[in-house]
Amino acid sequence: MSNIIECSNLSHVYPTGLPAIKAINLKVNSGEIVAILGQNGSGKTTLVKHFNGLLKPTSGKVSINGIDTAKQTVFNLSSHAGYVFQNPNHQLFSTSVLAELQFGPKNQGLTDDEIEVRVKETADFFQLHSIINEHPLRLSFPLRKIVAMASIYAMQPSIFILDEPTTGQDHGGAEKVRKFLRKLKDDEKTVILVTHDMPLVAEIADRVIAMWSSEIIRTANPREFFFDLKTMEKTKLQQPQATALSHRLQKKVLNDGITLTVQETINALEKVLN
Amino acid sequence: MTSEIIRIENLTYQYAHTDKPALVDINLSINKGEYLAIIGPCGAGKTTIALSLNGIVPHMTVGEMRGKVFVEGIDTTQSQVRDLAHIVGMVFDNPEYQLSQSTVLSEMAIGLENIGVPRDEMLVRIPEALQIVGLSGLEERSPLELSGGQQQRLAIAAALSMHPKVLVLDEPTSNLDPMGKEEVFSVAAQLNREKQMTVVIVEHEVEVIADYADRVVVLDQGQIVNSGNVNEIFTDIDSLDRVGIRPPQVTAIASGLEKRGYHFKDLPVTLDGADDTFSEWLKQDKVSA
Repeated sequence: MSNIIECSNLSHVYPTGLPAIKAINLKVNSGEIVAILGQNGSGKTTLVKHFNGLLKPTSGKVSINGIDTAKQTVFNLSSHAGYVFQNPNHQLFSTSVLAELQFGPKNQGLTDDEIEVRVKETADFFQLHSIINEHPLRLSFPLRKIVAMASIYAMQPSIFILDEPTTGQDHGGAEKVRKFLRKLKDDEKTVILVTHDMPLVAEIADRVIAMWSSEIIRTANPREFFFDLKTMEKTKLQQPQATALSHRLQKKVLNDGITLTVQETINALEKVLN
Repeated sequence: MTSEIIRIENLTYQYAHTDKPALVDINLSINKGEYLAIIGPCGAGKTTIALSLNGIVPHMTVGEMRGKVFVEGIDTTQSQVRDLAHIVGMVFDNPEYQLSQSTVLSEMAIGLENIGVPRDEMLVRIPEALQIVGLSGLEERSPLELSGGQQQRLAIAAALSMHPKVLVLDEPTSNLDPMGKEEVFSVAAQLNREKQMTVVIVEHEVEVIADYADRVVVLDQGQIVNSGNVNEIFTDIDSLDRVGIRPPQVTAIASGLEKRGYHFKDLPVTLDGADDTFSEWLKQDKVSA
């Protein structure tokens, strides 16, 4: 099955009567990294909370791995889709990093040996061994976010929903998040990335979905998207600086289309000279 | 002519129940009208410096302070946070921590009331401050109905109504969307340029700092490891790398080309600068080729 997430005519109206998302049609392929962009209040979080059953459609339908979410509990869906919250304090509640990592696999009914393997793999990848016995709330906020990611990773869902993973991270922390995303890509996991971090999107996303006032107003690959100044203007989103530079220079010297990243821009400029 | 408005002398601060100081022997002088950015990795001590500028450190924190902070010549340890609010306005990363009232108007009034500003004077200061940040007309709205950018501008307006001479912004946009970020940065820049407000900002986004700041202080493990204008700081890529900070993307592009044997007179740090540098460079190189 190639469509791991499928939304048809999905709408969600909150009890206050406020429509948060309207008539969303969306298919996500297995192994795809999809970035969902838009200003706060545009409906991004409401949309992605449907992917693990935290919210149910008030009309329309959402299927995850072919399963209609309307009839499922969050618990049943958690093995398919893991949600990493923007604020790790909404997610972490165990008294040690170790217990936090064990919690998900335990609930999945894995054996002690299997749990141990999962925890070790996760702690290895995220380099958590030195803090494995710490209380999560005693860690710095950026590190707490990494632990929140790790605790979802330990469950090995096929879909990872990451809400603003780089917010509040310094450069070093943001690099860890990038490494994690590349790992998920290698493992052929599906990633839903809600973010304001445009350079990250430019580097890593396969597809961009732009939301504005409860609707999807553009779906494109990052290169098309960041080149579409009209949509950028309408959604008040900004190109990464490397892209903005290549866009400006394109008018003068670069003929190969715009670049998305620092490395691409270096290559394109060098090519002009040769 | 520049004149000093803040001086930090040999400031060391250690929070209670921690095993090492947050700040170690900091010396820093900030001039009137300056736009100063403080950068550094998480845990470097940036917020502690910011909080020392209006006396929250040490008056409202538990820990041990050595050294002095002078604000307009006033020793902060000899003064109350309340009295320093006239001089130093503070805006934090999460506007919700700062907003407590049911309307924008009462939010603006409460701070002024606390420092004993008479009603007539409030009726002048409040509209003036709201106008500066572009929130006129929203006086009766609940702060919680405002967008993140508007909330943060309200927090700035509340600080401005005290008529401070220095505005300290501690990661003011980390909880905002791109639209909100732009609103906050442009209000701060406008205050600095048009009203000669001294701005001290703690911020991660180097591209924005390169656009606005006069001077950058780099902090690591509680110490100032570098200080200079945006060109000096952001083109010294090796030093940035040592403390785990990346340069602006345009600077990284030029530096990457240098590593491949090309040469630039100066590495650009802003988009406009890069546009000029690369346009010129490509033209020349084509001629010489």
